[in-house]
Amino acid sequence: MDPIEKKEIVGSRVTKLDAPEKVAGRVRYVNDMTLPRMLYAKVLRTDRVHANILSIDTSKAKALPGVHAVITAADTPKFGIGVLKDNPPLKGDKVRCIRDEIAAVAADTEEICDAALRLIEVEYEDLPTVFETVDALAEGAPVIHEDRPDNIAMLHEFKAGDLEAGEAQAVHIFEDEYDVHYVTHCNMGASCCLADVDTDGRVTLYSQTQYPFIMKMDIAPSLGIHPGDLRIIQPPVGGAFGAKLDVYPNEPICVLLAMETRRPVKLLYSREEEFIVSPTRQPVEFKIRSGMTAEGKLTFRDVDSRLNNGGYTSWGATTPYVSMRTGTSHYKVDNVSYRARAVYTNNPFAGSFRGYGNVQATWALETHMDQMAEIVDQDPVAFRLLNSNEQGDVTPQGAKLNNIDLKGCITTAAEESDFLKKWQANLGQWDSPERFKRGIGIASSLHNAGGAKIHKSDGCGTMLKMDDYGRVTVITGASEIGQGIDTVIAQIMSEELGIPMRDVTLVMNDTATGPWDVGVHASRTTYIAGKSAQRAARKAREQILAAASRQSNVSPDELDLRGGHVVQMKDGEPVMPLDRLLRQMHFAGEDAELVMVSDYYEPPSEPEDENRYGDMSASYSHAAHVAEVVVDTMTGEVKVEQIWSAQDVGKVVNPVGLEGQIEGGIAVGIGYALSEELQLKDGIVQNPFFRDYHVMTAPEMPPIHMTWLETNDEEGPLGAKGAAELPTIVIAPAIGNAVYNATGVRFNHPPLTPEKIARGIWERKQQMRAAAE
Amino acid sequence: MSAMVDVTFTLNGHTTSLAVAVHDSALTTLRDRLDHAGAKLACGEGECGACTIIVDDISVNACLMPAPDLDGRIVRTVEGLWEGDGLSKVQDAFVRHGAVQCGFCTPGMVMQATHLLEQQPEMSDAEVRRGLEGNTCRCTGYSKIVAAVMEVSRDAATKTAEAAE
Repeated sequence: MDPIEKKEIVGSRVTKLDAPEKVAGRVRYVNDMTLPRMLYAKVLRTDRVHANILSIDTSKAKALPGVHAVITAADTPKFGIGVLKDNPPLKGDKVRCIRDEIAAVAADTEEICDAALRLIEVEYEDLPTVFETVDALAEGAPVIHEDRPDNIAMLHEFKAGDLEAGEAQAVHIFEDEYDVHYVTHCNMGASCCLADVDTDGRVTLYSQTQYPFIMKMDIAPSLGIHPGDLRIIQPPVGGAFGAKLDVYPNEPICVLLAMETRRPVKLLYSREEEFIVSPTRQPVEFKIRSGMTAEGKLTFRDVDSRLNNGGYTSWGATTPYVSMRTGTSHYKVDNVSYRARAVYTNNPFAGSFRGYGNVQATWALETHMDQMAEIVDQDPVAFRLLNSNEQGDVTPQGAKLNNIDLKGCITTAAEESDFLKKWQANLGQWDSPERFKRGIGIASSLHNAGGAKIHKSDGCGTMLKMDDYGRVTVITGASEIGQGIDTVIAQIMSEELGIPMRDVTLVMNDTATGPWDVGVHASRTTYIAGKSAQRAARKAREQILAAASRQSNVSPDELDLRGGHVVQMKDGEPVMPLDRLLRQMHFAGEDAELVMVSDYYEPPSEPEDENRYGDMSASYSHAAHVAEVVVDTMTGEVKVEQIWSAQDVGKVVNPVGLEGQIEGGIAVGIGYALSEELQLKDGIVQNPFFRDYHVMTAPEMPPIHMTWLETNDEEGPLGAKGAAELPTIVIAPAIGNAVYNATGVRFNHPPLTPEKIARGIWERKQQMRAAAE
Repeated sequence: MSAMVDVTFTLNGHTTSLAVAVHDSALTTLRDRLDHAGAKLACGEGECGACTIIVDDISVNACLMPAPDLDGRIVRTVEGLWEGDGLSKVQDAFVRHGAVQCGFCTPGMVMQATHLLEQQPEMSDAEVRRGLEGNTCRCTGYSKIVAAVMEVSRDAATKTAEAAE
C-alpha cells in the first residue's frame, strides 16, 4: 500500500455538516414538530403597561368546548424568572409592560385558543406610567417594583487611575451624548416550545434555548419541580443570536399547561407576538467625557450610561459586563471611570443580542473617537493608531491582551480601502451642490475571543467513543444553532484521528446525553467546545497509538493516524488499518479495551471580582471596519457601497463558516446603523411587522472585502479565537463616521434613517446660511 | 365548522386530493395536512419568503395563497427537488458555497432561486439579488446565497455558449 500523506482538514474549505439535510427541507425545527395527542397553547397579554390587576375571570374560557386548561398566576408557583427573578411567568397582582402575561390556554386547535382568550375577562386599575430613564430616576417617579423604590435594577461601577489627574493633564476635553435604540433579533423561526410530561412527572422540553444546562436550574422553581426532572432537547432552531439566553415566560407557561393537561403542549408565537414579546437589544443613553494632550494622547475617559431596563430584568441589564470593557479598555487610557445604571420603566425589557453590550458601546466610543480626532486635527486612522493597545497590555480592568493586533487591524483596513486618500478628498465636498456625496469611515473594537467567565464555570464537556469500524461518535455539551460547531468538531476529529469528516457522528443538543456546557454565547463555542473536543480526540489518539505500538513494536511517537490507518509518522507508510486495530483492541478477551474517553475543558479565565477587575476571557481580539457610503442629500438615503473588514481571528479553523459569520454579522450591523428600530410609543410597540421593521435584503448588501490577521492563540484549539460577534459590533460606527465624512453632519443616535439624515443636512444648511449672514 | 371544499392538485408530481377549509392557506395545508414541512411559517403575511413554493411556474408565498386555489395546480415544494437523483443543482450549490447557517429561510430561498433560474437561466449579480429581495435571511448576509445562484447561472451560460459553437 502507498504511503498516506497527512490531510489538512482544519483550515480547509469544508461544507457545513447539516447543510444537505437543510437544503432538502428534511430538517424539522421545533416550529415544525408535533407529538401524538398534542395540544396548542396561546397566551393572553395585558393591553396596558402599568396597572394593578383587580380580577381575572376565566370561567367562560374554561367552559368553551375544545379547551383543556386555562391557567393564571393563581394556579402556578410564585417564582419569578430572569436575571433578578423579578418576572413571574404569569402576572397576578400587577402588570409592568405591554408583554405581560395574564393567562394561558391549552386547546385542541389554535383557533379554539384564540376564541378562549377572547372570553377571559380582566379588570385593571391603571397606575401612573414612566418610559424614560431620566423620568424614572426622578424624585417621586412611579415605582415599577416595590422592592426597588429607586427604580434602579442594577448598578455597574468601575474606576481606575486618577480621573482628576487625567483632567489636569488634558489640553482638550470633549463631552457628548449617544443614545442607542431598541432593535430586535428577527429570528426567522419565531419563538416556539413544546413540553411533554411523563407519568412520573418528569418533563421533556423541546426548546430553542442557547443555554440548556443552566436553564434547568433557572426554570425549575417556576415549575415547582426539581431541575433533575427536566430534560431539555434543542431541535434545530431558526436563529437565536442571543434571544434564547434566558428563561422567558413562554417556556414555563408551556410546561405548566402540559403538567395541567397531562398532554404534550406546543406554544408558537405569531410574528407580531415575536416582535412585541421577544427580548430586544438593550437601549442605552451614553455620556462620554474624555480628555487628551495637545498631541492627541488620551488622558482620561469618563463614561456614564443609563439603560432602559423596561419592566423586568433579563440579560440586558448585565450588558455592561461587556460594554464596560470597551469603555475602559479600548484604546490606551489609564484614568477611567464607568458607570451604568439599569433603570426600570414601563417599556419592554431587553435581553442579549449578538455583540452583547459592545454594539452599543462601540457605536458611542467610535463616534466619540472620530470627534476627538477632529479636535486635534488628526485623521481618524492616525488618531486611533496613536492611542491603540499593544500586545501584552493589561487593561485597567485586568484583561491581559496577549496575542492581539489592533494596530494591524486598523492599518490593514485603512490600506486595503485606500482610506486616507478618499477620506481627505471627501472633506472638501460638504458645501458643494452635488446631490450624491461619498463618505468613508473607520471604526474598531475589542471583544472577548475566548469565552467570558460570567458563570462559575465557562467550560464544556465532550465524550467520545469509537466503534469497531473506525467511526467516531462525539457527544458534546455544545449547542448547534446554525453557527457551525457541528462542522468544527468534525473537522477537529478528522484532523486528530485521521478519518474522513463523514465518519464522525455528533450527538448534541440534549441535556440527557450531553456533558455540561455554559451555552452558545460570547463567541465562545469554537474556542471552548472545540478545545474540549480536541483534548478528547488527543486522549483517544493516545490510546489507539499505544495499542498500535504494542502490536507493531514501533514507538507511539513514531506513529500517526492518517486516512483510516495507523502509519509511520516519518513517511506515511501504513502499519495497519484503524478499524482492524480497534477490533483487535475490543475482542481481546480479558485485555479488551474500547476507545471511550471524556474531557471537560475549563478555560484559564477568571470572573471579575467585586471591583470589576478580572481577566474574564481566555483570549481577546480586535477588528477594524471601513465603510464607504454614498449619501443622497436630497432624500437622506444612504447606500453602503463597500466594506473592508480586518479581523484578528487567531488561526482559521473553518474558512467558509468564518466568512459566513462575518458577512452575516455585518448585515445585522448595517441594519442597526441604518434601518432597524423597534419603535415604541408609551411603551407600546408600533411596528411589529417585517414590512415596518426593515432588516437588510439581498440587493442592499454591499461587497465585503475581508482580511484575516492570524495571530495564533496559544490557548485556543489549533490557535483559533472566537470571531462571530465583532463583525456586528464594528460596522455601525464605521457607517456613521462615513456619513459624517460625506455630509459634515454628525449623527449620534442610530438608526440613520433617511428622515434623520435629510433633516440633519437641512439643519446644517440653515446654520451655514445663518453664519454667513 | 367552516365550509370545506375539495381540491385536487399535483404535488411534486403526485396527484393529491383532500378537503380544505375555505379560510385555510396553502401553507397550512401543505404543512399540517400533507406533512410537507419544508416550506416554513415565519411571518404568515407574505413579507419574508420562507414559505416560497412554485405553483404553475410562478413562485408564491404559500402563506398568502388560499388553500382552495390549489385546485387544478401543479405545485412544487422543496421536498420535490431532491426526490430524483440526489440534490438539485441549486441545492448542491447552496451546500458547497456555505449558503446555509440556521437553515430556516433555506427551503424558501432554494425554491425562489430555482424559480429565478427557470425563468432566466443567465443572470447578473444584481438580477439575482433583486430576485431574492423578498426572501429574508438573518444569518448569512446573502453573499454566499448569491454566489451559489450565480454559479448555477454561470453553468447555464457556459452550456448556452457551448451549444452555440
